[in-house]
Amino acid sequence: MADETTPRAPESGAPSSGGPGPRSGGPRSGGPGGPGGPRKFFRRKKVCKFCTEKIDAISYRDVRLLQQFVAERGKIVPRRLTGVCTTHQRRLTRAIKQARNIALLPFAARY
Amino acid sequence: MDRFYEVMFIVRPDIEDADLDKLIAGFEQTIVNGGGTLRSTEKLGRRKLAYLVRKFNDGNYVLLTIDADGKLVAELERRLRVSEPVIKFITVRMDEEQKRLDKIKAIRATRKKLSAQAPAPAPAAVEAAEPAAAVEATPASA
Repeated sequence: MADETTPRAPESGAPSSGGPGPRSGGPRSGGPGGPGGPRKFFRRKKVCKFCTEKIDAISYRDVRLLQQFVAERGKIVPRRLTGVCTTHQRRLTRAIKQARNIALLPFAARY
Repeated sequence: MDRFYEVMFIVRPDIEDADLDKLIAGFEQTIVNGGGTLRSTEKLGRRKLAYLVRKFNDGNYVLLTIDADGKLVAELERRLRVSEPVIKFITVRMDEEQKRLDKIKAIRATRKKLSAQAPAPAPAAVEAAEPAAAVEATPASA
């Protein structure tokens, strides 16, 4: 999870791979992480955890699962950072909010 | 009455075990009297709360799975609200989600049948190859 937070800004541009392609001349267009030009680190394609692991039910009771998609302060981590697909993000959000209501997850971390 | 709900509530931590059982039995009675059916009762035990609730840091979680209609759920929620030891509760309607899951499961089952036929010969072939390799290896060592 942690390593996926670093490449946030470039990733948003990567899906529309036509953009940076002509500009940089396509030095390594073969990379699946997106031809980002002079990027220092390799970015692997983010995939939806729920689609790949075939997790159908996102229950508000499954704190372990939900915790992975909540930031330190208790915020829901956006899709562009985690790679979760739209459908599952919606269900995930609902589950997290339900879990917050029954005090399984914090609304905000206490300090 | 085809809906089913999950009702989760938190009971204050300083309650006796016997009192907790009595409290749960009371709610179960309400459900049965109201024409609903109880699927399961689960005591999830004592757990730390994510934030302070009525100045309590932890609580006893209880989960009821019930078949009920709206009126009964409203009545149950009213009772949960007025009962003093219950500090928090949530009701979640589960039947539509369950329907969706069953559908996915059915789709997946039909797909599996197709895929099961294809890879079936492959493991057999591997098994057949392995004894052959073993047989070949033994004379070499002997």
